[in-house]
Amino acid sequence: MSDNLIIDKYKTDNIMLQIKDLHASVDGKEILKGINLTIKAGEVHAIMGPNGSGKSTLSAVLTGNERFQVTQGEIRYKGKNLLEMAPEIRSREGIFLSFQYPVEIPGVSMVNFMKTVVNEHRKYKGLDPISASDFLKLMRDKKELVGIDSQLTNRPVNEGFSGGEKKKNEIYQMAMLEPTLAILDETDSGLDIDALRIVANGVNKLRTKDNATIVITHYQRLLEYIVPDFVHVLYQGSIVKTGTKELALELEEKGYDWLK
Amino acid sequence: MVTDNDKIIDNLTQSEYKYGFTTEIETKTIPKGLSEETVRQISKIKNEPEWMLEFRLKAYYKFLTMKCPDWAHLNIPEIDFQDIIYYAAPKQQAKYESLDEVDPVLIETFNKLGIPLEEQKIFAGVAVDAVMDSISVKTTFKTTLAEKGIIFCSFSEAVQQHPDLVKKYLGKVVPPHDNYFAALNSAVFSDGSFVYIPKGVRCPMELSTYFRINAINTGQFERTLIIADDDSYVSYLEGCTAPMRDENQLHAAVVEIFAEERASVKYSTVQNWYPGDKNGVGGIYNFVTKRGICRGESSKISWTQVETGSAITWKYPSCILKGDNSVGEFYSVAVTNNFQQADTGTKMIHLGRNSKSTIVSKGISAGKSQNSYRGLVKVSKKADNSRNFSQCDSLLLGDKCGAHTFPYIDIQNDTSIVEHEATTSKIGEDQLFYCNQRGIDTEVAIGLIVNGYAREVLNKLPMEFAVEAQKLLQISLEGSVG
Repeated sequence: MSDNLIIDKYKTDNIMLQIKDLHASVDGKEILKGINLTIKAGEVHAIMGPNGSGKSTLSAVLTGNERFQVTQGEIRYKGKNLLEMAPEIRSREGIFLSFQYPVEIPGVSMVNFMKTVVNEHRKYKGLDPISASDFLKLMRDKKELVGIDSQLTNRPVNEGFSGGEKKKNEIYQMAMLEPTLAILDETDSGLDIDALRIVANGVNKLRTKDNATIVITHYQRLLEYIVPDFVHVLYQGSIVKTGTKELALELEEKGYDWLK
Repeated sequence: MVTDNDKIIDNLTQSEYKYGFTTEIETKTIPKGLSEETVRQISKIKNEPEWMLEFRLKAYYKFLTMKCPDWAHLNIPEIDFQDIIYYAAPKQQAKYESLDEVDPVLIETFNKLGIPLEEQKIFAGVAVDAVMDSISVKTTFKTTLAEKGIIFCSFSEAVQQHPDLVKKYLGKVVPPHDNYFAALNSAVFSDGSFVYIPKGVRCPMELSTYFRINAINTGQFERTLIIADDDSYVSYLEGCTAPMRDENQLHAAVVEIFAEERASVKYSTVQNWYPGDKNGVGGIYNFVTKRGICRGESSKISWTQVETGSAITWKYPSCILKGDNSVGEFYSVAVTNNFQQADTGTKMIHLGRNSKSTIVSKGISAGKSQNSYRGLVKVSKKADNSRNFSQCDSLLLGDKCGAHTFPYIDIQNDTSIVEHEATTSKIGEDQLFYCNQRGIDTEVAIGLIVNGYAREVLNKLPMEFAVEAQKLLQISLEGSVG
């Protein structure tokens, strides 16, 4: 099949992401050992699993982090070959990662950073740079949407932010970019219950029938707020069980050992 | 990863030097070589008074007894002083009062460099002295400034028109025997800028000198003298570029600043001489002595420099804090890429009581370059309660470059406080990936990160030039991923 035909077929079938037999390694050590996963537009998929099961590796491979090498398998995103795309192209095509550990960029204000980001995305779509007044309005609107403290945006990117502020800042950036596929990597870690609610609310407000979300988490607590359509258990580099949100509760109760 | 980075570095550090063109203009030069005759000839062309010639000759004979300094962390090839032309001037009158008299080719050259000489077109609020090779081509806004009693003219003109001022201050803070390159400059300097701000006057616009080397095989030896009388203020900026040539050219300048009682001088430099190509061929050898003295009580001298050009940079803008409560500042961003070498920093000499100094140095090294900070903080016996704060940060891009810090501290007064902080970091792969994941490609991400790193210094530049400097940083580092 030609690329265009594949893209059309994925569109007809409403498939956003399809991972087939994905193997990936870091420093020669195989972490992912044959992942298969299909995600449709409008769906929320939770990926759970114990430490070291490969959850974060999966998010790194999906976003093109070069530290990880894909050794086998295929990923189609909206029908296109994802593994051929540079990380920044994946972003401009609508893939967003809420980082488990957001990175500090000293001296670069959030305003400057976001303006650069927004304009790179616009350029990719063939649009002119955003005007200063439109940009400020966009920032205001999105800050309100995710309930972020307005002072954060005048500070350098993530510098001196508390753990909770960093995670809120990720969701704020997500709101600015309105991604097609959002990957939340341990977004709940280090959040108190109030911050967790704010973050989850933000994510829920951004959900539409046209976008999809992958929620990577240890605990089912976050899934009380962001309710998944599917829950997958990742164990030693492959998906060992798939179910609905009830599976998350069962895991909470029994742990992961019974799945081994 | 290492190989990927190398590839990107190798592919992309080939960004072109934007100012590398040559202007076709008839040039009057004197023969190559350095001798007493050369010195006499330059003085004669400039129609200088006897005392000026004496100053030059004394310096020349001093120079002959001195040796090229070898203490810097630089690999300086031997310079053949007999192979340099010491005077080159675009062939026309020495100075123009009206723009109509200036050769259109020269006007075009400066337009191309973004320095329009027509006053109505110039940046609002900036007066410019344009220097090409050995002479000043045109100084703008002279009349406006003269109304306030401000003198802003070429150095040669100052020697003719204001000999008493020149005589009183020349060589008083950088004496001819100060160092090898200062001695050379004192013997053969050809032109430069002269500024005098009278008592109580706040200079209403930025003053700026733009230096351009054009002629082949020529050295540029300019001399700048800035005098801020009691209770005055001036902000001064210099910029510089040169054509791309395969051979190295020498630039040895001297800048002297005098700040009298409560006077304040802000001196900013955007140094963008041709750095040589990506293989290290060609480029300017930049040996500069810059020093200011805060003579008066509560006076202030602030140096800000953005150094991106030159094959070799040897430069230590310094402050002698003689007045009580005087203030010295040094803010520096030095970028080296490819085979560039920079050894730069400052000296803060505390003589007065309660004198304060601040040093903020940001070095950025990429490619195979070497970048050193060298600084001296000296507190004399009488400088009670003086304070210094120094911060020296180095940022490395790639793993083939070097960053070095050489701080010297000499404290003879135990009521003084001196603080020194230093960091070395690499642009993190995690920072780059974070930017990539948000849709920013690596080139743009490096520019963003480096500008963030240097922000503290860039913020000190006059508004008109801060934007220019930011772009320059980005261009200088194109592709040098670490």
